[in-house]
Amino acid sequence: MTAVSEAATSSALRTREATVRRFAFTDMAFRTATRLSAILVLVLLGGVAISLVAGSWEALSKFGFSFLTTESWNPVTENFGALAPIYGTIVTSAIAILIAVPIGIGIAVFLTELCPRPLRRPIGIAVELLAGIPSIIYGIWGLFVFAPFLQTTVQPFIIYIFHGIPGLSSLFAGPPYGIGLLTSSLILAIMVLPFITSITKDVFDTVPAVLKESAYGIGCTTWEVTRRVTIPYTRVGIMGGVMLGLGRALGETMAVTFVIGNAHRISASLFAPGTTISATIANEFTEADGDLYTSSLVSLGLILFIITFIILALARYMLLRIDSRTGA
Amino acid sequence: MSTAASLHQSRKRKNAVMMTLCVVAAGIGLAWLALILGALLYKGLSGVNLAVFTEMTPPPGDAGGLLNAIYGSIVMTIIGIIVGTPIGVLAGTYMAEYGRFSKLTTVVRFINDILLSAPSIIIGLFVYELMVRPMGHFSAIAGAVALSILVIPVVVRTTEDMLNLVPNALREAGTAIGAPRWVVIRSVAYRAALSGIVTGILLAIARISGETAPLLFTALNNQFWSSNLNAPMASLPVTIFQFALSPYEEWQQLAWTGALIITLTVLGLSIIARSLTGRREDR
Repeated sequence: MTAVSEAATSSALRTREATVRRFAFTDMAFRTATRLSAILVLVLLGGVAISLVAGSWEALSKFGFSFLTTESWNPVTENFGALAPIYGTIVTSAIAILIAVPIGIGIAVFLTELCPRPLRRPIGIAVELLAGIPSIIYGIWGLFVFAPFLQTTVQPFIIYIFHGIPGLSSLFAGPPYGIGLLTSSLILAIMVLPFITSITKDVFDTVPAVLKESAYGIGCTTWEVTRRVTIPYTRVGIMGGVMLGLGRALGETMAVTFVIGNAHRISASLFAPGTTISATIANEFTEADGDLYTSSLVSLGLILFIITFIILALARYMLLRIDSRTGA
Repeated sequence: MSTAASLHQSRKRKNAVMMTLCVVAAGIGLAWLALILGALLYKGLSGVNLAVFTEMTPPPGDAGGLLNAIYGSIVMTIIGIIVGTPIGVLAGTYMAEYGRFSKLTTVVRFINDILLSAPSIIIGLFVYELMVRPMGHFSAIAGAVALSILVIPVVVRTTEDMLNLVPNALREAGTAIGAPRWVVIRSVAYRAALSGIVTGILLAIARISGETAPLLFTALNNQFWSSNLNAPMASLPVTIFQFALSPYEEWQQLAWTGALIITLTVLGLSIIARSLTGRREDR
């Protein structure tokens, strides 16, 4: 009796074993595939860094450190310096952040404290839609609608009222071109506003209700609760959001390319045309003839990469800190 | 007594002023959106006609359409999604499933968040050095690769977040009936997180369909119809860039129309994506 059933049992065992082995193998294969994909993300960023360093080697070894401190950018004599684009990048981003932060925090306060509940979600989505609009749309709108408006209305007015005041008159001097540093800053401010708003709103939501309620309980006004409780509690998170917005502003390309004017010089006036790192690359890369010219543009890219990497890493670090606190 | 009352008054006044400013800030945010959409509709709609979708981009001073640019955008977006999505989903799967507590996940999450916000023009330079320079010419495939690099971080992020929301009890139930890990992931975790993962892919499409900077020196542009992936290809954003900065009125009109098409596509995609996850939250 046993021979037949034994054979059946052992064959069942064998198929069972084979199935388990097959499962183990497919699981192993899937696990490896996911792991490799995760590692690929690291490889990508490493590859970006390596290729930028390799591409900029020629220019950096020729100009050395003076690449960072030279204003002249002359494709004819092949003499390149990054000072004007670096200046333009930092100035436009800084002004954009100065404008966007108070407005962004204001919208976040409005959404968390004042807004009627049924309107909260639609308004939040509308502000986030601003983030979804591609930057080239901001560019074409800035060039054809916003810049002419500034040129004919706002800029002559500012020039008029600041005329003769030392300092301010040179900051807002010169013919109103419409395009220039200030116009770029304003467009950038609109573009980073949704990032700052949504992160500020998220970190405002992490404030424990009991903290706010006890402040209200001793008679604080809404503004005092915001100023003394909510903002101090979420300071690190807000800073993270601001840094994230700054990272965006620094690297923003198309919108700025349309309205900055693309002039390689540093002027005291905010109404003057200037350039930024990304706008220079976008404008000149395909036209660059000669290896040194191309390499200089890649060097600009490397500088931008290093600056944004540091800013974004700081932003993530700050946001991680507030995450771990709410998790605990 | 009177000082206390006046202090109370001044505190109330200060509160009213600050709260008014917050309402004004929200008004400013909404007004910008309305201004931009209004200008787009006003300037773009007048140029919408059949020729836009059936004719090629014209030479300067001529009438024409955007057919080759629309086609190029669709082709490169599709290839970018096909290349980027599997890598992104797999990497997100590793971070939420196999390697949830590993050190590698922490590092990848950090780097991925940086890639997510990295300037897209840098990605363009990278692909130029990686593909265009060795191949010796601009090509649609290089443009698609640049777009896929932008897709990956978006998909990684949403996939990980959505898989982390799947209750562990579901996975344990799968494991308890003897299913190996990858079957549990495939038939339980993916299924539970499906709408979230799809949302991530839609957001990625929305992001890359408006990207200009990474295409400028990878796919370049092409005045004519081309379906050759190994040659320069037109795309809507790059065409808008070129046409908007030109002095020709016909080109500028086409740029506005193209801008309207892109914006409606992108906003439509992000609203669909939001409504997918919105329903989740309500449930």
